[in-house]
Amino acid sequence: MLRAGLGAGAAAFAVAASGRARADDASPPADPDWSQSLGPGVGDRVYGHPSHFEADAIRRTVPWLTASPESSISFTPLQYQQGIITPSGLFFERYHAGRPTVDPAQHRLMIHGMVDRPLLFTMDDIKRFPSESRIHFIECPANGGMEWRAPQLNSLQFTHGMISCAEWTGVKLSTLLQEAGIKPTAKWVLAEGADGAHMARSLPLEKCLDDVLVVYGQNGEALRPEQGYPLRLVVPGWQGNVNIKWVRRLQLGDAPWFTREETSKYTELMKDGKARGFTWPIYAKSVITFPCPEMPVKGPGMYEIRGLAWSGLGKIKQVDVSLDGGVNWVRARLQGPVLPKALTKFTLEWRWDGRPALLQSRAMDETGFVQPTISELRAVRGSNGVYNNNSIQTWQVKPDGSVFNVQLA
Amino acid sequence: MSSLHRLIAAAAMCLPLGVATAAEPPKYGLGTTPTAAQIAGWDIAVRPDGQGLPDGHGSVKDGDELFANNCAACHGTFGEGAGRYPRLAGEGKLTGDRPEQTVQTYWPFATTLFDYINRAMPFPSPHVLPPEQVYAITAYVLNFNGLVDDNFVADRNTLPMVKMPNRDGFIWTDPRPDTHDTACMTNCRAPADVKVAQTAEGKNLTPRTTGPLDTALPQ
Ligand code: HEC
Repeated sequence: MLRAGLGAGAAAFAVAASGRARADDASPPADPDWSQSLGPGVGDRVYGHPSHFEADAIRRTVPWLTASPESSISFTPLQYQQGIITPSGLFFERYHAGRPTVDPAQHRLMIHGMVDRPLLFTMDDIKRFPSESRIHFIECPANGGMEWRAPQLNSLQFTHGMISCAEWTGVKLSTLLQEAGIKPTAKWVLAEGADGAHMARSLPLEKCLDDVLVVYGQNGEALRPEQGYPLRLVVPGWQGNVNIKWVRRLQLGDAPWFTREETSKYTELMKDGKARGFTWPIYAKSVITFPCPEMPVKGPGMYEIRGLAWSGLGKIKQVDVSLDGGVNWVRARLQGPVLPKALTKFTLEWRWDGRPALLQSRAMDETGFVQPTISELRAVRGSNGVYNNNSIQTWQVKPDGSVFNVQLA
Repeated sequence: MSSLHRLIAAAAMCLPLGVATAAEPPKYGLGTTPTAAQIAGWDIAVRPDGQGLPDGHGSVKDGDELFANNCAACHGTFGEGAGRYPRLAGEGKLTGDRPEQTVQTYWPFATTLFDYINRAMPFPSPHVLPPEQVYAITAYVLNFNGLVDDNFVADRNTLPMVKMPNRDGFIWTDPRPDTHDTACMTNCRAPADVKVAQTAEGKNLTPRTTGPLDTALPQ
């Protein structure tokens, strides 16, 4: 008791003293306040959170983008992401009817339609099936959608932040479907959420039997409400929208349903007025996360260029970096683990001479697909497609070290 | 229920359907069998062939007033849109710099309109309108888009028959990869050609990326 009392007194003194602190007070030879006092004890934070010095690392929104925050998007601060896992609190949000509060005790998953026996599962039932944990990214196909005509947003977070990556734990969808018994005529699965949007997407049965997970765990804990608590689909490598959150119903059928989110939205208008639909996989893409508009360079000298690459078709095989706007390229180092349909980190040592530079990264995946330039994409598709902009990003570094989002001629 | 009982129950369920192939027995025996009423309550998805459309019907005339009361505040009396809420009408082109993607110009199936209004609208309180009203509102939205006449009555037979102008405007098989897959390493383009064509600098569209969340609209 006595020691605890002393400790509390010392901590209070430290707080008072730090009020007068200057920036270099803690540099050697000084021994700073935090080295000569006790911090708060265990139990002070029963659920931890980041240091208050990291307050800038938050999900941010573009207020002019959507009519209402309940059907909108927030962006992951990739400029702060260390490694390949996005902290659960920073995973980008996309809702179509706000974030529902779903009681896990009342939540049910129904499987019906072209099955031998319709089934209704509780969360307890689902957690009794064999479990599997895998690391996968989820990207909204509208990521970079504002940039088709021209660079608009001077920010890594806003040009690329509709992607995040987590370790997901759940049961294979194939296990649940086989439990219900798949009728030979079934070719499609409709997945539907319990949110107000009753978000619904048609998925080919083949993909559902391949690698889709019905997920209740995210980064070692229960799914976050923002990510579909208590249950969601993870459809590895495919556009975010089909990864139905708060999933409550799976219907098997012999044809797709052509829901609003696979006709009016999530289809790509081409320059000839025709539209592409069911363009589910995310093709290979990459971006340099340092430097970037939010993280400029501070004077000439050595730096490590860092970035993230990903492909919805498999593993990243190679990432090349250009410092001169695509004239010459250097192979970047891939930092393991290099996992299929997951973010992959790349780095390149860079001695900046203080002269203007045009930084680009270009990903290649194990299928041999190479990330295209925006001009190449525009030549084939035009600029009205909104979705699936996986083009090479150019960051312009100015002599003062500031960084801008540009597109090249 | 023991797995044997479950198996018998499952087999019994299959019988009235006259399924010839012997179904694989369930491996884990988890979950219960939903009742017909439970399935019907959640089974709301509608297909272009009309599968999933409920009983009932609704006219353009009835839809007019229902739309005014439930939808017009956000979408405008004739679907012209209010504020930044989506427009539901518009007869522009799908090409050029400002394509108009509306129910009239873009949506391939009228059934999708019923499905979406039923599952997701009215936005603040979705899935509360009875099928008759959803049919009537669907009829009205099709009508102000010039897709059905004033006497149209929407039901499970008429909706799949409505011919949408952009019915054949979609390619449903993914044509990618549609780019070149070239990974040139040296002298890939003439250095003189490398010019900044466009920049985000100075556009004043980017929210703050430090400090608290920025909710301000650009000037
Ligand atoms: C409070 C405002 C509000 C009200 C009231 C409302 N809506 Fe909506 N509506 C929206 C928003 C917001 C969206 C876009 C939602 C999204 O994309 O997730 C939308 C989308 C739609 C769309 C799809 C448009 C497209 O092109 O994809 C249709 C159709 C629609 N609403 C019909 C209706 C009908 C019919 C009603 C009345 C029963 C209604 N809405 C009531 C706000 C509203």
